[in-house]
Amino acid sequence: MLIRPGRVMKSIRTFSADDIFRKVLQGVALLMLLFLAGIVVTLTIDALPAIKALGLSFVIETTWDPVFGEYGALVFFLGTLVTSFLALFISLPFMMAIALFLGEYYRKGFFSAFLKSIVELLAGIPSVVYGFWGLFVLVPVMRSIEIKLGVVPYGVGILTASIVLAIMIIPYSAAIAADVIKLVPSDLKEAALSLGATRYEMIKKIVIPHAVSGLFAGILLSLGRAIGETMAVTMVIGNANRIMDSIFSPSNTMASIIANEFAEATDTLYVASLIEIGLLLLLVTLVINAVGRYIVNRLNVVS
Amino acid sequence: MSINTLFRVFKDRLFLGLVYVFAFLVIVPLFFVLYYIIKNGLPVINWEFLLTLPKPMGDPGGGIVNAIVGTCLVVVTASVFAIPFGVLTGIYLAESRKSRLADLVRLCAEILQGIPSIVIGLIAYAWVVVTMGSFSLFSGSVALALMMLPVVVRSTEETLKLIPETIREASLALGVSYTRTILKVILPSGLSGISTGVLLGVARLSGETAPLLFTAFGSPYMNLNIFKPADTLPLLIFNYSTSPYPDWQTMAWGASLILVAFVLVMNLLAKLIGKKWEVTF
Repeated sequence: MLIRPGRVMKSIRTFSADDIFRKVLQGVALLMLLFLAGIVVTLTIDALPAIKALGLSFVIETTWDPVFGEYGALVFFLGTLVTSFLALFISLPFMMAIALFLGEYYRKGFFSAFLKSIVELLAGIPSVVYGFWGLFVLVPVMRSIEIKLGVVPYGVGILTASIVLAIMIIPYSAAIAADVIKLVPSDLKEAALSLGATRYEMIKKIVIPHAVSGLFAGILLSLGRAIGETMAVTMVIGNANRIMDSIFSPSNTMASIIANEFAEATDTLYVASLIEIGLLLLLVTLVINAVGRYIVNRLNVVS
Repeated sequence: MSINTLFRVFKDRLFLGLVYVFAFLVIVPLFFVLYYIIKNGLPVINWEFLLTLPKPMGDPGGGIVNAIVGTCLVVVTASVFAIPFGVLTGIYLAESRKSRLADLVRLCAEILQGIPSIVIGLIAYAWVVVTMGSFSLFSGSVALALMMLPVVVRSTEETLKLIPETIREASLALGVSYTRTILKVILPSGLSGISTGVLLGVARLSGETAPLLFTAFGSPYMNLNIFKPADTLPLLIFNYSTSPYPDWQTMAWGASLILVAFVLVMNLLAKLIGKKWEVTF
């Protein structure tokens, strides 16, 4: 067959247009890497004055007094650590119950759809609204409980923040846990049941051990979320820059100190110190999320 | 039945009971949050509240129209950045499933999604506010766009992955070029899934406060210039609720009700679109 030159030219042209399209796609995707690298680099550069001036004392000193130029951030690390783990601890039974309900007992049907929409609604309420509600509803309740317990009735504080945080992370961790529990192969479960195990024994001996790494990943991912959560915590934690005496006392977290003080920070070292807290916050959540994602992704590949 | 069996059955029932109780206890916080927002917010809302600017401290009345407009503006601007980038990146990820670069990009998107919102705020401050010399709605949009990007990428990729290979092959076999196959065949089939993802992203973004604290910053004036500071609903709720003035706190309840209603309607809309235009194969 005789190929006319025009035809050849045309096919070459469409071919190269496709090539350009592929390159554009690749280029845009590469921007994602650039964004992430840019974020880490920007924070590091902006935190450099603090890293240089304060060095290691930044992470082990407990005095945070911008007026006298003292920047020790240990209080905020502790605040973040305690609130997140306490929130995780509070949310654990609820998360497991919802996950078992949706992933094992009622996979379909009205009840499951109902609980699912409740959880989705809970997840949809913005953080600032939780904080606002916490401040005006939960704080007075906590205050009266604290009066009964005979501790200083601040109302705001670590425990209040943890309760609000727990409410906020339940939908997230429960959704992951339900998915993981659904992945447990049904032949294993049927084998256990056919051997005479009750459903509880089957869950305890088959479902949980089989899903344990996924559940762990879900908990890790919600921990990452709890650590980074800002507004609700900022509004109910009380903003006190000192080491906590008990879980009732006001404190500050890494995220809440930035939210509270960054807009009014003028001194270079002050700004750099806050940015260094941001950098550390980023690194901690990065590691936690990377490990959690790695486990979850590996599970999905296997199933 | 032996005692032992009875005990085992009892334990089974007890466990089921506990699962019921703890699972449905989550209704309690939801109920209390919605109850207080509606109880305190509903009396505040009227046309004046929705359509006028805030009055100076001390004057009764006034509204939050600046924050409503600001929220819409900041979300729309963020979407203009995030949607094209996100959809293109999503297409790339769905198209090159086995490449190492795609794995890396996917990991980056996941990491970006996990970055705390306050850190995103710091970044937008450093990138835009410092460069341009002032707080602006634009810098807030950049922050929100960074948060929306991974959501759009993920929903695009997940949707496009589900589209069967045969459709693409049919298109290519008819002599349609690769570019046209993607843009005119694959992408339209995935439109419902992608728009669901985008709407969910928008719903989440419109409630974000932390990234706007030192970018959009807040302002009591109506502002349509995106290079000036502007108020948004979440910012207004935060500023008013932490203020010592009861008038402002009452207005914050009204603003909360509007914000929550908006977010829930967006969520519902996303679900409806997903259902109505769902393309099944």
